[in-house]
Amino acid sequence: MPSVSLTVNGRKVSAEVEQRTLLVQLLREKLGLTGTHVGCDTSQCGACVVHVDGTSIKSCTILAVQCEGTNVLTIEGLAQGDKLHPMQEAFREHHGLQCGFCTPGMVMSAVDLLKNNPKPSEREIREWLEGNICRCTGYHNIVKAIQAASQAGR
Amino acid sequence: MYNFEYSRAKSVADAAKAASGDAEAKLLAGGMTLIPTLKQRLAKPTALIDLNGIADLAGIKRDGNNLVIGAMTRHAEVARSKDVKAVIPALAHLAEMIGDPAVRNRGTIGGSIANHDPAADYPAGVLGLNATVITNKRQIKADDFFTGMFATALQDGEIITAVSFPKPDKAGYMKFKNPASRYAIVGVFVAKTGNDVRVAVTGAGAGVFRAKDLESALTKSFLPTAVEGIKIAADGLNSDIHASAEYRAHLITVMAKRAVVACG
Ligand SMILES: Cc1cc2nc3c(=O)[nH]c(=O)nc-3n(C[C@H](O)[C@H](O)[C@H](O)COP(=O)(O)OP(=O)(O)OC[C@H]3O[C@@H](n4cnc5c(N)ncnc54)[C@H](O)[C@@H]3O)c2cc1C
Ligand code: FES
Ligand code: FES
Repeated sequence: MPSVSLTVNGRKVSAEVEQRTLLVQLLREKLGLTGTHVGCDTSQCGACVVHVDGTSIKSCTILAVQCEGTNVLTIEGLAQGDKLHPMQEAFREHHGLQCGFCTPGMVMSAVDLLKNNPKPSEREIREWLEGNICRCTGYHNIVKAIQAASQAGR
Repeated sequence: MYNFEYSRAKSVADAAKAASGDAEAKLLAGGMTLIPTLKQRLAKPTALIDLNGIADLAGIKRDGNNLVIGAMTRHAEVARSKDVKAVIPALAHLAEMIGDPAVRNRGTIGGSIANHDPAADYPAGVLGLNATVITNKRQIKADDFFTGMFATALQDGEIITAVSFPKPDKAGYMKFKNPASRYAIVGVFVAKTGNDVRVAVTGAGAGVFRAKDLESALTKSFLPTAVEGIKIAADGLNSDIHASAEYRAHLITVMAKRAVVACG
């Protein structure tokens, strides 16, 4: 079995994986990082979004072996100890979730948006979230949370 | 997903060698089509040859009057490239409309045209702009490249290295998106270079094709009103739960008109 070494949330890790093991399976099943969710098997829902070397990608659509040597950031890596990341804080403050299933992917996508575009318009926020599907909220409070995080300088 | 062998190619020659030794092997680019296909067990390759480590396959260069885009260049990179926006803004716009941000961060132009999904966007840009597909073996004109549904002129193991786009005088792309998948129900790319007008249509047929009636009307008069009365025959167009063949035929004219408007 191939082994893969990478940095996840600042920690160096190595694991034995199959060639077909997806990054999300490595994160959830081998590393116990179950904050990254799997909401579909068609690469469409965005619940699994993490950052690989600083860009948002769908961890269900990349092989673990492809991530050799990369730097991966998951939802678990955002908070500093007990202090939530400002985007997480904004989602809590503005009630940007109901069941919470889509939330890890939403937050990771939103953090990447503000990195590329610190002051997005409402339309730009909605367009950026095209690949993050939420069955509960109707998106309204999610957009509000991201606007608030943007105004607070993320 | 069935298991497979995996190797990371260091060069195009390396990848070509690995591919030539195994007819059931597949090249892995952005994985945005291939990995979902594997997850559904719709394909069972013996091996994946990963192109992601080949640095010289990615990047955008200006070469005289041409824009040369490496096969492994991501959609996001094309969408934000200053060179693409300066030389062919319609192509940056096309890339910006593909899927969603995470798909654009991984998906590549080479993977998109090799796959030739009948609803994909890049085939319309490549055919509309009369681009040349460069492989490790030869150069293929866009008119000869797309041969049918999910089919291209590529031979087994042949690797796209880049696509070269000549600069048009004007170009525009408009798509009527499937709201769920963002693929094109109908997308129309219009380009004018001197007196030559090309109109490429995706989403409507078995593969991308040129709409000759629209081309001749626009050659006579390059105005939105020149196409608005043209009725496209629905025969042979796609019909599915998203749109009937008749509706797609109607959309071709509407999208062509909007694409001409977008040419400015
Ligand atoms: C949710 C979602 C939405 C999408 N929406 C759109 C959309 O709106 N419009 C659109 O156009 N596309 C869309 N796509 C598809 C996306 O653009 C893909 O990136 C693209 O179709 C395939 O490119 P890839 O680099 O991911 O290729 P891969 O999936 O890695 O490969 C696809 C095929 O091409 C072959 N191949 C790859 N590179 C080469 C090469 N250099 N030479 C020869 N063969 C090669 C592979 O062997 C494979 O058979 C979407 C995908 C997803 C998951
Ligand atoms: S789990 Fe749905 S896109 Fe990854
Ligand atoms: S909060 Fe339930 S899916 Fe988004």
